[in-house]
Amino acid sequence: MKKKRLMIWVAVLAALALAALFTGGCSGRGETGSGAGDGLEPYRVGAVVDISGPSSSLGVPERNTLQMLADKVNAAGGINGHPLELTILDNKSDETEAVLAVKKLINQQKVAAVIGCSSSGPSMAMIDTVQKEQVPMVSLAAASSIVEPVEERKWVFKTAQSDLVTVNRLIGYLQEKGLTRVAFLYMNNAYGDGGKKAFFGAAEKAGMQIVAEEKFEATDKDMSPQLTRVKASGAQATIIWAIPPSASIVTKNYRDLGLAIPLLHSHGVGNQNFIDLAGGAADGVILPIGKLAVSTQVPDSDPQKKVLAAYIDEYGKKYNSPPNSFGGYAWDAFYMLVAALEKAGPDRAGIRDELEKTRGFTGVSGVFNMSPEDHNGLAEESMVLVQIRDGQWKLLD
Amino acid sequence: MDLTGQLLQLLFTGFTLGGIYALIALALVTTFNITGVLNMAQGEFLALGALLAASLCAAGASLPLAFVIAVATLALLGGLLERSAIHPARHAPGLILIIITIGLSISLRGLALLIWGTEPASLPAFSGGGPLFVMGAAVNPQSLWILGLVALAVAGLHAFFELTYAGKVFRACEINRTGARLVGINPAALSFLAFAGSGALGAAAGIFIAPVTLATYDMGFLLGVKGCVAAIIGGLNSVGGAVLGGLLLGILEAFGAGLVSSGLKDALSLLVLLGVLLGRPEGLIGAVAGRKV
Repeated sequence: MKKKRLMIWVAVLAALALAALFTGGCSGRGETGSGAGDGLEPYRVGAVVDISGPSSSLGVPERNTLQMLADKVNAAGGINGHPLELTILDNKSDETEAVLAVKKLINQQKVAAVIGCSSSGPSMAMIDTVQKEQVPMVSLAAASSIVEPVEERKWVFKTAQSDLVTVNRLIGYLQEKGLTRVAFLYMNNAYGDGGKKAFFGAAEKAGMQIVAEEKFEATDKDMSPQLTRVKASGAQATIIWAIPPSASIVTKNYRDLGLAIPLLHSHGVGNQNFIDLAGGAADGVILPIGKLAVSTQVPDSDPQKKVLAAYIDEYGKKYNSPPNSFGGYAWDAFYMLVAALEKAGPDRAGIRDELEKTRGFTGVSGVFNMSPEDHNGLAEESMVLVQIRDGQWKLLD
Repeated sequence: MDLTGQLLQLLFTGFTLGGIYALIALALVTTFNITGVLNMAQGEFLALGALLAASLCAAGASLPLAFVIAVATLALLGGLLERSAIHPARHAPGLILIIITIGLSISLRGLALLIWGTEPASLPAFSGGGPLFVMGAAVNPQSLWILGLVALAVAGLHAFFELTYAGKVFRACEINRTGARLVGINPAALSFLAFAGSGALGAAAGIFIAPVTLATYDMGFLLGVKGCVAAIIGGLNSVGGAVLGGLLLGILEAFGAGLVSSGLKDALSLLVLLGVLLGRPEGLIGAVAGRKV
């Protein structure tokens, strides 16, 4: 009798736990579609983004942006009269979940194209599947290896500036200031590794000396040991390649240890969240970033100015917060895909060819010029150097 | 920075990390001593406490008020969970009880995700001003707060168990459950209090560490695991052992990352756990201080 009651309790608890997992895992799932168009077959597009887990600070604005834009397209009558059915799945910042999600989108939803993921690791993990299934994919992540070597990435594109673009900006700054001995800290994942590879290559060419190389985990709570080594290394500047929250913690530690040499970050921290979490510690940080964060400071002659203002206005009205560059990557991916769908319809090979032919596409992250050799299509001019002052992004000239 | 300064810096960092682990280990050991249940949801108590306090602060409450409300809420939640999940299964073997707490931990994490979402929240540091410098090594003032809480918790627990009548009741129940019942002590009521207490201690620990680590819905899992390792190193049944285990683990991680390689940090702590389990399964000081028969 007692055993039976116990069994019931265990079963109830297990059910509760499963329910919590389920609702948690699916909280990011959203579908928009139905309504627009006159009964025409919808165009199905899938997105896999990092809505929960360590990269959620990237995935949440991306999900918001995608949902907002899909609603807008459908309210305006869809694409060529076809409603757009966008399915957004959460990969929990996990490679395995990303692959499962993309397989689900391709096999069950029969999507014409896939957007995602937010970070480099899960994006890399999905490449095998989309290459095999021949489905066009537009990643929102940074690592150059997502679209290179291009002959093995026929179906893969991306909208975030590649590591090398960011690295060249940073190296340019260091050279201008005459800093040649640098310390490099990076996250122990695909994003950090990509940055490290690009930076080490470029630094060697530029004749720089890397006097300390340290890594940390995305979930680490204190990076003072690594920074202690930086302090002892005699570096003249520190470059950190990470995303919040760990990027915020390492910045706090940096100030706490009283390190006085300049601190440079990657575009992975291009997020108000980074400043908020780091508190005052973020002041003084220098980083290359898309123009969105400093849209009011870019000259009126800039071709992106209008696009940026419209996006900020729209996003702010819907979500009561300013958008960030990650949402911008989703904006670019979405409209590039919409343009391709308009021309090619829901034909996967056709969409791929149209994506590759994208020229002079003025987006939030820059002006894209895709080609068979370049599936990112962004030049160095798409980024500007900014410094954080009093919790605000300020354009450095 | 010279070698002395470097070593000192790593030691300070180790103490901060170690203090965090020690707090979790303390709560684990106290509950384990009284109820025989290893509470795998302890990390979640920290996360919930920190998130709750961060929300209250964001809503305009002062830090002390947020602290009191969060600690009281978590104490209530801890007791409630004991009544609804542990108490009905109290006659089950320990393994089943542990698995129930794992279920609780997953449910609480899901709940936190639904309420707070995935965005990390932060709490302001308790005392302003920059880091203090000792021989070129920096000390974050918040670390001192954390270590202070550890000391306070140890002193409080010690005083309670050794000096008060209620504490003696707890100890009687811990030493011999059947004997305690024979003299009229109700172990079920004590189990309720133990969980309420570990909820309160968990919330306090979460709030103290949030200015350093930030508060996220999923912070509890890894902290819970590290706290568990610390408790096992200490021998699972001694308050002093838990603190020693936590500090040792933190210092090892800091020196491992700082002197050997930053990739080695987590591997090192697990190696120590393996070593202790193989060489001294009773824990580092378990055999000396343990009273369990």
